[in-house]
Amino acid sequence: MNLVDFVEQPYLRENIPPFRVGDTVKVHVKIKEGEKERIQVYEGVVIARKGKGATETFTVRRVSYNVGVERTFPVHSPKLEKIEISRRGKVRRAKLYYLRERTGKAARIKELRK
Amino acid sequence: MTQKVIMGKKVGMTQIFAEDGKIIPVTVVETAPSVIVQIKDEARDGYKAIQLGFDVKREKHINKPEKGHFAKAEAAPTKVLKEFRVEDSGAYSLGQTFDLDQFAVGDKVDVTGTSKGHGFSSTIKLWNFRRGPMGHGSKNHRRPASAGAKGPARIFKGKKSPARYGNEKVTVQNLEVVKVIPENNVLLIKGAVPGAKKSVVIVKNAVKA
Repeated sequence: MNLVDFVEQPYLRENIPPFRVGDTVKVHVKIKEGEKERIQVYEGVVIARKGKGATETFTVRRVSYNVGVERTFPVHSPKLEKIEISRRGKVRRAKLYYLRERTGKAARIKELRK
Repeated sequence: MTQKVIMGKKVGMTQIFAEDGKIIPVTVVETAPSVIVQIKDEARDGYKAIQLGFDVKREKHINKPEKGHFAKAEAAPTKVLKEFRVEDSGAYSLGQTFDLDQFAVGDKVDVTGTSKGHGFSSTIKLWNFRRGPMGHGSKNHRRPASAGAKGPARIFKGKKSPARYGNEKVTVQNLEVVKVIPENNVLLIKGAVPGAKKSVVIVKNAVKA
């Protein structure tokens, strides 16, 4: 095995759901406030997934109070409590950056039905 | 202070997570135990040093003089031989090995390697000059432009000009050892290390720690 992969292995998480670009996910983020630790849920559309191995990241976009917010998380970060898929999206691109120029109805993503 | 030294090959870079979730960028260095092949002393050689071998090569790739050199230390023939100055070469013995046990997590190290060769590079890449305008009939896109004033009728010494760039010895000081995996001879060093992948790097204890 490639030595870089070997080094990364202990840091990879196993319980990651197979979410894809276009899916709506709930990201449970651990937040430390002084001594206490609490969990904040951040929900939005996955608009990009980049990299591989320990360096893999995904970007979640949501519009809150009419302001677009994008947060990028490392997929394997220990700061993430869990990732939930709340809706599967049907998209034809790997990166959904075009959503940035759209609002309201135009920014919808069709649900994937099997 | 005893000298800590090990040679290795740069494998590549990745990142690992600290316990608090922070990302640490690391360079993976694959090492191997280095054997002392020769000891230089004041009386015979005029200086004190130890010679270490790294990267074992096969019997069929060595010639007779090399064979004899390695046989003196009863060491396996290696591709790389490097000398390291020491204060007291008498304290070392032939065949003695340097392995990863010398290093612990949190140690500061200096890493020496040969930087990537960029060939004959011009002033923008080599000296961080700015480029000229791309339009309005400029034609001076990436040229070095003026080399000096008309008055002295010569170019001053030390004028930055295009030249060979890279492929030279570079040392990065005070890097931190993030992880040591002795079973696989792997060393993780925080940050970047000079050179291309597969190139030989020398890891020493930091002189300015």
